[in-house]
Amino acid sequence: MNKSIPTKNRSHTGNDSCCLNGKKTGLQPIFVNTSQDDVCCGSPPGPESSSFERPGYELQHFVEDFLNTPNGAVPRVKTHLDPSDILGTVIVRLGLNRNQYKIAPGLHCVGHPGEDSPVLVTANYKLSFDTLRKELDSVDAWILVLDTRGINVWCAAGKELFSTAEVVRRVKQTALDRVVRHKQLILPQLSATAVSAHQVKKGSGFSVLWGPIRASDIKQFIADGMQAEKPMRRVSFSLVERIVLIPVELSHLPKPTLWVLLTAFILSGIGTHIFSFTDAWSRGLMVLVAYAGGILAGAVAAPILLPWIPGRPFALKGAVTGILAGLVMVSIFKAGLNWPGALALVLITIGVSSYLTMNFTGSTPFTSPSGVEKEMRKAIPLQLATILIAVIGWVAAAFTG
Amino acid sequence: METFRYLPGVSTLNLNPDDCVGCGMCELVCPHGVLHLDSKKAMILDLDGCMECGACAVNCPTDAIRVTPGVGCAAYIIQTWVKGKQNPANGGVKCC
Repeated sequence: MNKSIPTKNRSHTGNDSCCLNGKKTGLQPIFVNTSQDDVCCGSPPGPESSSFERPGYELQHFVEDFLNTPNGAVPRVKTHLDPSDILGTVIVRLGLNRNQYKIAPGLHCVGHPGEDSPVLVTANYKLSFDTLRKELDSVDAWILVLDTRGINVWCAAGKELFSTAEVVRRVKQTALDRVVRHKQLILPQLSATAVSAHQVKKGSGFSVLWGPIRASDIKQFIADGMQAEKPMRRVSFSLVERIVLIPVELSHLPKPTLWVLLTAFILSGIGTHIFSFTDAWSRGLMVLVAYAGGILAGAVAAPILLPWIPGRPFALKGAVTGILAGLVMVSIFKAGLNWPGALALVLITIGVSSYLTMNFTGSTPFTSPSGVEKEMRKAIPLQLATILIAVIGWVAAAFTG
Repeated sequence: METFRYLPGVSTLNLNPDDCVGCGMCELVCPHGVLHLDSKKAMILDLDGCMECGACAVNCPTDAIRVTPGVGCAAYIIQTWVKGKQNPANGGVKCC
């Protein structure tokens, strides 16, 4: 055993000398003449890679350049939106790709911040980030982006993602105390649901200044010496704020709609001939229109008209718009309807509308969960009864020619 | 929010004035002006304006405020009825 070891060692030395010899006879480089004038197939090549690009990373288009700090390079982001940002906003507002619309968490900056510049904390939902940075024209500030899994400030706080723990973790991970001399973070007020100012202070040494609710007030807040006037501290739910939510409300519907339509066509076919495909089609279309009317009344009209529809419970507001829409439906189809059929269609529109408006409570910034649960305990049995009577009425209508 | 009022008399918000140290944090974080600091003591000014977001309770350094926070979304509440209330967000109930 002992003898074999030196033998092996000797053979290794031999291999090493062999490799050194091999290096001397390397391949000769081949030079290819690249012609600048000749355009090869396809369109002309794009610009050279940016000097900021790094292997394995993707350079974001919203990054202007990088600022050197004691903690390395920090991306300096644009304070205006590019067409691609606006397109991205439109797409997520339509309810598409919403769960993937996020940016990398960590420290960013705008302008030319120094060790005394304010630190603004935000979510890594790109729409939240864009909303903030576009308000920071000619502001020098750091932006600390948390990992909220691509969810906006208010909802991420509700899910404990924009939280005390995440703020503390991100402050430490970015070694923020080496970038700024002060010990202050400006947080959006709506994150207070899950961020405890005194716990952040305890955990990170940084104190929390509660910033305004809307990013559009941030400049004024900084200019006023980190003070927010009362209106900046109150949530609003304006017409525009309600309208932009509608497409996302509608985007939840395609899947349940398939089941509704299947049921509607089957029930519509039942009649004196046991089952008629002609009736399934012609009467099924009427149910489809009543259902669509319910969607328009409950998920479009009710959110828009919210403050003007009488009643506090949302299920009631939805029923009110549903009755109006239902009456319009029936007046359109009145030639082909008997009274049980007309009643059934109105009830379908009311039931669907009432349920959808009740569901809209989750998108408003003023309904309490206790209140929602209270109204649901009354509303859901009524909504189910409405649909049940509608089904009975619709099938009965086929037998009472 | 004066233009929008929801169901009255439902909020679970509760304030114990004896524990209040008058820091004013609850008044600052409330997005509906529910709480108000009056001569160094917090008071509930507008209980029915409360949406139970929990910001005041989370930011009260002496736990003088209690509220049952939650998600005010119907689809979520239905799931808690069906699947039980034990930590629904982590127990297989899909959040809204």
